[in-house]
Amino acid sequence: MDVVDIARLQFGATTVFHFLFVPLTIGLTALVAWLETRWIRTGNPEYLRLTKLFGKLLLINFAIGVVTGIVQEFQFGMNWSDYSRFVGDVFGAPLAIEGLLAFFLESTFLGLWIFGWDRLPRGVHVACMWIVHVGTLFSSYFILAANSWMQHPVGYEFNPTTGRAELNDFGAVLLNKVQLVTFPHVVLAAYLTAGLAVVAVSGWLYVRRDHRADRPLHLRAVRLGAVVALVAGLGVAVTGDLQGKVMTEVQPMKMAAAEGLYETAESCAPFSVLTLGTPDGREEKFALTVPCLLSFLGTGSFDGEVRGINDLREEYRATYGQDPGATYYTPEEYVPVIPVTYWSFRLMMGFGMAAAAGAGLVLWLTRRGRTPTSPWFRRLLIFLPLGALAGNSFGWIFTEMGRQPWAVFGLMTTDRAVSPGVSVTEATISLLSLTAIYAALAVVEVGLILRAVRAGAPALPEPGPGGGSRDDDAPLAFAY
Amino acid sequence: MELTTVWFALIAVLWIGYFALEGFDFGVGMLLPVLARDDRERRVMINTIGPVWDGNEVWLLVAGGATFAAFPEWYATLFSGFYLPLLLILLALIVRGVAFEYRHQRPEATWHGWWDRAIIIGSLVPAVLWGVAFANIVRGVPIDADLEYTGGLLTLLNPVGLLGGLTTLLLFLTHGAVFLALKTDGEIRHRARALALRLGSGTAVVAVAFLLWAQLHTGTGASAVVFALAACGLLAALVALAAGREGWAFTGTFVAIALAVAGLFLGLFPDVMPSSTDAAFSLTTTNAAATPYTLGIMTWVAVLVTPFVIGYQAWSYWIFRQRISVHHIPV
Ligand code: HDD
Ligand code: HEM
Ligand code: HEM
Repeated sequence: MDVVDIARLQFGATTVFHFLFVPLTIGLTALVAWLETRWIRTGNPEYLRLTKLFGKLLLINFAIGVVTGIVQEFQFGMNWSDYSRFVGDVFGAPLAIEGLLAFFLESTFLGLWIFGWDRLPRGVHVACMWIVHVGTLFSSYFILAANSWMQHPVGYEFNPTTGRAELNDFGAVLLNKVQLVTFPHVVLAAYLTAGLAVVAVSGWLYVRRDHRADRPLHLRAVRLGAVVALVAGLGVAVTGDLQGKVMTEVQPMKMAAAEGLYETAESCAPFSVLTLGTPDGREEKFALTVPCLLSFLGTGSFDGEVRGINDLREEYRATYGQDPGATYYTPEEYVPVIPVTYWSFRLMMGFGMAAAAGAGLVLWLTRRGRTPTSPWFRRLLIFLPLGALAGNSFGWIFTEMGRQPWAVFGLMTTDRAVSPGVSVTEATISLLSLTAIYAALAVVEVGLILRAVRAGAPALPEPGPGGGSRDDDAPLAFAY
Repeated sequence: MELTTVWFALIAVLWIGYFALEGFDFGVGMLLPVLARDDRERRVMINTIGPVWDGNEVWLLVAGGATFAAFPEWYATLFSGFYLPLLLILLALIVRGVAFEYRHQRPEATWHGWWDRAIIIGSLVPAVLWGVAFANIVRGVPIDADLEYTGGLLTLLNPVGLLGGLTTLLLFLTHGAVFLALKTDGEIRHRARALALRLGSGTAVVAVAFLLWAQLHTGTGASAVVFALAACGLLAALVALAAGREGWAFTGTFVAIALAVAGLFLGLFPDVMPSSTDAAFSLTTTNAAATPYTLGIMTWVAVLVTPFVIGYQAWSYWIFRQRISVHHIPV
């Protein structure tokens, strides 16, 4: 393995890991803020108990989201220094703005929320959590703008003297058409994930005998989570469809690779639900297809033309095969790894949409106070959040692997992006140590989550906390 | 003033904020085994920084992001060059950050023990390595014509680098002890104050030696004044502490750290990373900078957002201004 492979592996592993926690944080901050708002509005202590339960899970999750994010911030400089030199003028700005605008908000107001139970009036306290949620949305917007620029560079000019991409229209970067469909897709997928996490946790406590007294409470949470997940799931499908059209326009090779479509289909291209064949997809052994659906996904019309890999490769060769005035070009193939793109696209939709459909099933099973008892119900509950997380991970794997061999589409290939000064030894040490520590953290985190779930919604001390009593001698309502 | 100069100053401000703020929470973390007698006292210590440490750490993230945006070449050379030390810092920050949040999740003493170790080591490693890194930036490191760092890990472990590491270590320990004297009550407050006074003179000697070297190596008239004020700040802090004025003492160590970092940046300017191979290969505010267009946008964002950030961070310190003692810790 050379440095490029190691750096790629490390980037993929650390980013997918970071993104297991991120969607839960984005969605749970909103749900916890909503529960606390309901408590303040209705005075019903059940909402406070749910706030505490999901607040605790949020904090366990948030901790790992933060520490894995720190690695992301410095990784570009460490492993991808030539990339950083080439794009810093464009790419650094959203990253810096993310820190200034979002991370300060998230960290400061989460600290206030955690420790502020007996220091802040109720209204201010719940506002802190809403502000944290707004922070996560800012954060998503700017980091996704940066990523969208890599998928579809806009608002820049290549400067042959300095050999780098230089920003000339920041508005275009923020309103990149890829960004405008990616941001809602990712954020809705986050709501889907968090909604399903709530369904799973409360659903599991709901069917347990030892939490029987809490049934009405958990039923309420299950139905709230399921409604959020169902609506978000629909939104994910709609925005995903829009993304498909933008993607076909700006990165046609990615769409062709997602389908393993070698020959251009002039009209009514079928969508393959499942195709088994030789590993490179050149020969089909078995295929289950929906006629004309791919044309619709890619172009919005059932008889639109979808271009195939072979045509596109010729076209990319003609466009990028010659040095376009830069040192950054590749005379090689322009085709991503087909089995990876084909399967990750299907697994994203399959896992994610199955999980969203599961939310609908849960709503049906619990209609009018019914209590589902079959063991299948529990298995379904466990599947729901895991399915959504799998959808997210495969979504990113598809997006990023489908962009290959480019790091910045049309401008810089991945193997040119890597740090020239970093040795295989250094890169290996960093890959191994980060993987080891991430694996250990994952084990600890899962253990703590399960423990917190088993303990159930905490009982309330009398009289309930909150309300800014400010008794300076009283023990802290929350202490590490 | 040129925008590149403005951004050099802003990045200096971000590092100043980072060291002056996270400095004390590193100090508190390192002092965990020294100042606390039992688990409740350890919890008192951790709770003094509980609501603020993450906000303090974001100063580092923004310093990194701002360097990427304003001086991409600097970002690229620095972080790919100082690869292994940075990796160690990242690993330390990972275990430390998780430790604050996970320590209290289970009651067992062994569980607490493991996370305490994570906090101690996770605070110690960056406290030393940031000093080593900054001393080497000021000293100059081997950088070739492509602006790539050509040294290794051992290049950084020279006497000056080690002196820099010792300086930040001692400064942060003192800063942390003074912070604890300010933020706790009861026995631990007295212990913290006594320790700060004992550490203080040694810290002053080491810090003055390091700043003197920096002044002789890259200093200007302005940096000399700033360094002198930094030393005064440290001495004033110790005097105030001996007089029982903990608020003033904390202001003193805060100002001392802030001015020491400011002086290092003043001496560095207009270089951002001098090359020891050949001065022509040095990274400067000119050859490392982003375009004026990008810098202009970033300036607007910084001008509009920073006042809010400082405002709400200050507000959160105000909300949690209360001293904490053992009887505040629920059993
Ligand atoms: C769509 C959302 C999203 C995406 C794609 C990413 N992140 Fe992230 N990140 C978040 C959404 C987020 C968040 C939800 O806002 C987090 C999770 C926990 C937190 O504090 O904020 C976060 C945390 C977080 C932190 C820690 C902040 C703190 O200490 O408070 C850093 C430094 C980064 N991220 C950096 C990155 C980088 C460099 C990424 C790209 C490679 C990245 N993130 C992908
Ligand atoms: C929004 C932030 C981003 C996320 C969540 C993200 C996610 C991912 C994922 C899931 C992979 C797949 C890993 C694999 O299977 O190999 C990946 C690969 C990669 N990403 Fe990104 N990415 C992001 C932004 C970036 C940025 C800013 C860069 C800039 C260098 C980048 C460069 C790469 C590279 C070089 C790979 C390796 C390619 C490969 O292994 O096929 N990505 N990323
Ligand atoms: C009918 C359902 C869906 C469709 C048609 C769809 C479509 C797409 C497309 C075309 C992309 C790639 C965009 C690009 O590379 O330019 C994408 C990316 C992604 N998808 Fe989906 N998707 C669907 C469901 C889901 C579900 C259920 C989830 C998660 C639970 C999900 C999560 C993601 C993520 C995280 C990405 C990567 C980020 C991005 O580029 O947006 N998707 N999706």
